[in-house]
Amino acid sequence: MSSLEIRHLKKSFGALKVTDDVSLDVRSGELHAIIGPNGAGKTTFISQLSGQLASDSGDILLDGQSIMRLSMPKRVHLGLARSFQITQVLPHFTVLENVAVAVQARSGSSFRFFSPVAGDAALNARAMAALGEAGLADRADVQASALSHGEHRRLELAIALATEPRVLLLDEPLAGVGGEDADAFVAGLARLKSRFTMVLIEHDMDAVFRLADRVSVLVYGRIIATGTPEEVRSDPQVRAAYLGEEEEEVA
Amino acid sequence: MADATIPHAAPMRRPLAGRVKAAVVLFAIFAALPPVAAALDDPFFVLIGTRILAYAIAAMALDLILGYGAMVSFGHAAYLGFGTYAVAILSSYGVHDIFLQTAAAILVSALFALVTGAISLRTRGVYFIMITLAFGQMAFFFFISLSAYGGDDGYGLAQRSTLLGSDMLENDFALFYATLATLVALFWACHRIVGSRFGRVLTGIRENPTRMEAIGYSPFRFQLAAFVISGCMTSIAGVFLANQAEFVSPAFMSWHRSGELIVMVVLGGIGTLSGAIGGAVAALLLEEALGALTEHWRLWFGLFLVLMVLYSPNGIAGLVKQVANRGRKS
Amino acid sequence: MTNLFVLQLLNGVQLGVLLFLIAAGLTLVFGIMDVVNLAHGVLYMVGAYLIATFAAATGSFWWGLALMLPAAVVVGLVLEWVVIRRLYARSHLDQVLATFGLVMIASEAVKIIWGVSPLAVPMPEILSGSVPLMGPLQYPVYRIAIIVAGLAVAAGLYVVINHTRIGMLLRAGATDRMMVSALGVDIGRLFAVVFTLGAVLACLAGALVAPILSVDTGMGESVLILTFVVVVIGGIGSIKGAFFGAILVALVDTLGGVFGPILLREVLDPAAAGQAGRMLAPMLVYILMALILFAKPAGMFGGRG
Repeated sequence: MSSLEIRHLKKSFGALKVTDDVSLDVRSGELHAIIGPNGAGKTTFISQLSGQLASDSGDILLDGQSIMRLSMPKRVHLGLARSFQITQVLPHFTVLENVAVAVQARSGSSFRFFSPVAGDAALNARAMAALGEAGLADRADVQASALSHGEHRRLELAIALATEPRVLLLDEPLAGVGGEDADAFVAGLARLKSRFTMVLIEHDMDAVFRLADRVSVLVYGRIIATGTPEEVRSDPQVRAAYLGEEEEEVA
Repeated sequence: MADATIPHAAPMRRPLAGRVKAAVVLFAIFAALPPVAAALDDPFFVLIGTRILAYAIAAMALDLILGYGAMVSFGHAAYLGFGTYAVAILSSYGVHDIFLQTAAAILVSALFALVTGAISLRTRGVYFIMITLAFGQMAFFFFISLSAYGGDDGYGLAQRSTLLGSDMLENDFALFYATLATLVALFWACHRIVGSRFGRVLTGIRENPTRMEAIGYSPFRFQLAAFVISGCMTSIAGVFLANQAEFVSPAFMSWHRSGELIVMVVLGGIGTLSGAIGGAVAALLLEEALGALTEHWRLWFGLFLVLMVLYSPNGIAGLVKQVANRGRKS
Repeated sequence: MTNLFVLQLLNGVQLGVLLFLIAAGLTLVFGIMDVVNLAHGVLYMVGAYLIATFAAATGSFWWGLALMLPAAVVVGLVLEWVVIRRLYARSHLDQVLATFGLVMIASEAVKIIWGVSPLAVPMPEILSGSVPLMGPLQYPVYRIAIIVAGLAVAAGLYVVINHTRIGMLLRAGATDRMMVSALGVDIGRLFAVVFTLGAVLACLAGALVAPILSVDTGMGESVLILTFVVVVIGGIGSIKGAFFGAILVALVDTLGGVFGPILLREVLDPAAAGQAGRMLAPMLVYILMALILFAKPAGMFGGRG
């Protein structure tokens, strides 16, 4: 398993410091949750890690190797996968094809022009495996645009799994998923814990405290606390800045 | 982003068999044309037919990047030009073999597509359209200033290309069937490409480039490869056009021609390959029919285009479907 | 040699000013409305035909110009209302097709209305003749007038863009369309104004150039593509980019055609230099475009890529 080290990472949009000198160690094999109020810069941070967004300064190390200057596709090839908060699927592809094309990215050249890909048993088998893990195997032949919201979230996860990541960045996998669906989803994530190092951004506090080994709190682009769920929960600074406000909202 | 360029581009998922079936029907009709023309004693049909077949090749090649890659290239007539001039220039040096001429056309087209594509694909949307248009125009002006081959006025071919040393293509029927055979072969190639690993990645980039990057693909390389393939195929259409007209001129590569190629692809429904073939047939027949009625056929063709875009966004295929649906409802 | 250079330099600036008038509207339409308008060159042609008609009817260039302007406003408004307005929400491909259709309609309609033979517009008395420049060099007054008029329009646009409310909206719209609608502006009206302004500027360019060119149906075509190059080089949505892009393209086009072969003669023998020069000259602006885009894919002053 792999570790991710973030050193003094910065990003500004104009005068607005969205990521303000963030340093963080994600240990090998842990599920590290990042929580924070809306607008704290969580999605920006994930986008910087995945390479979708260029950082202004700082460094990101995957297993001790700097990936700061690499493009998003190159980072994926080193084993850094992400899922999106706003579902990013290929709407006119079937569910299976959405996942198979992700498998294909990691197995063999995509500059093959003549043999039909639809019948590629190896690709399809591995795609089905990923779909199974995400609990979507029975919907494999449905067009992705026809999925329900909850199923889209599962597909998003299955695609990320299919890239065979060493580190998985999950941007609010539970966004908009409610009730029983959410419970099943959390159970699914818990099963994955033993296999990947994970960075999880999530608003659902129940899920975070059930899943996370450690939690970091991001407020206005700064990490104000890192620790076990219990430590973070009892940190007065965190309660003041974030949790209290959240509980009020809920109440 | 390119994904915003053609929102309705994503074709309805048709079973592959449908795509092939439509093409087979078209091919069968084409194959029956020369005997019918002979029976009617009107060989002119065969010449028009050859022209339609050549444009069908070009439109299908354009569909490969327009329909499957969401790249609106407005400079594809340049490749028609490379094909026609490869025939003219080589033949003026005594090289008449159609394979050598085609190889030269493909070589030049590949180079041009590689360089201009690499620059154009760094941009998106409106930029891409305008830059490909400008590069097409660059090629156009190059051939206009090529005074050794008539410049603006064009250049008549002394003879048609030879096939395996024989001058059989001088026969209009033989040329027609050679063009048809090439169309069928290239359709098969396109069909395979679209269904291959490469085709799946290309289509995925059309659907959602961000997603494709996030699973490890760099869109640029795939788009560029498709752009080059498409350019090379289009130049093959040029080789047949030159033989059909026995004349080459920069008019083959004007920006109007590029626009007409796009019209053909859209007319038949984009991203279907067989649609581009049907679109080429429809556009050229419409042109012939309007041209026979009035010298101002462009006015009506333009009007038709504007109305089609405003009222039937999915081309003739969409129009047919609309009418069919309405019929079913009533 | 110096004389030739100065002469060509002035010709280049004159062409540049005209290109700017056309490109200014086009870059706003692209930048603010995100509409690909292939029919923009048609407006340039229509401007020339309008002034030809009005000048012939009134017997005066000035009356022709005065009548052309309101007619151009009408043309712009009608075109926006009938077709362009329906294309805002459509894909670029649809816009390409529809405006390509407009080009066909317009060039054919012009042939039907005015015939195929070129028209001539008389030069205004007061601006005919030439002024001495340096030594024996003379330069036509009318061309200088075009330069002055074009620069005046450029200055006017500069003031409007940088110091008025509508200019502020235009600048905001060119960089961030969502923001303009967030400001509560009636987008539909803003778009109509922008398109009509662009149409009038293009018609004006056509009208100004009419006395020194023959007015024919092909005149919109060549200029359209050059204008595209200008807009792309300058950066879509940037008036400043359109201005410097237009001058640059025009100078390269004018000077390259004359001095390219002369420079080539230094390295090649005269016959080869002449041949190579003739082939390279018309391609120069496109090579320039390629080089600029290679370095800056969004153009010299473009914000969005």
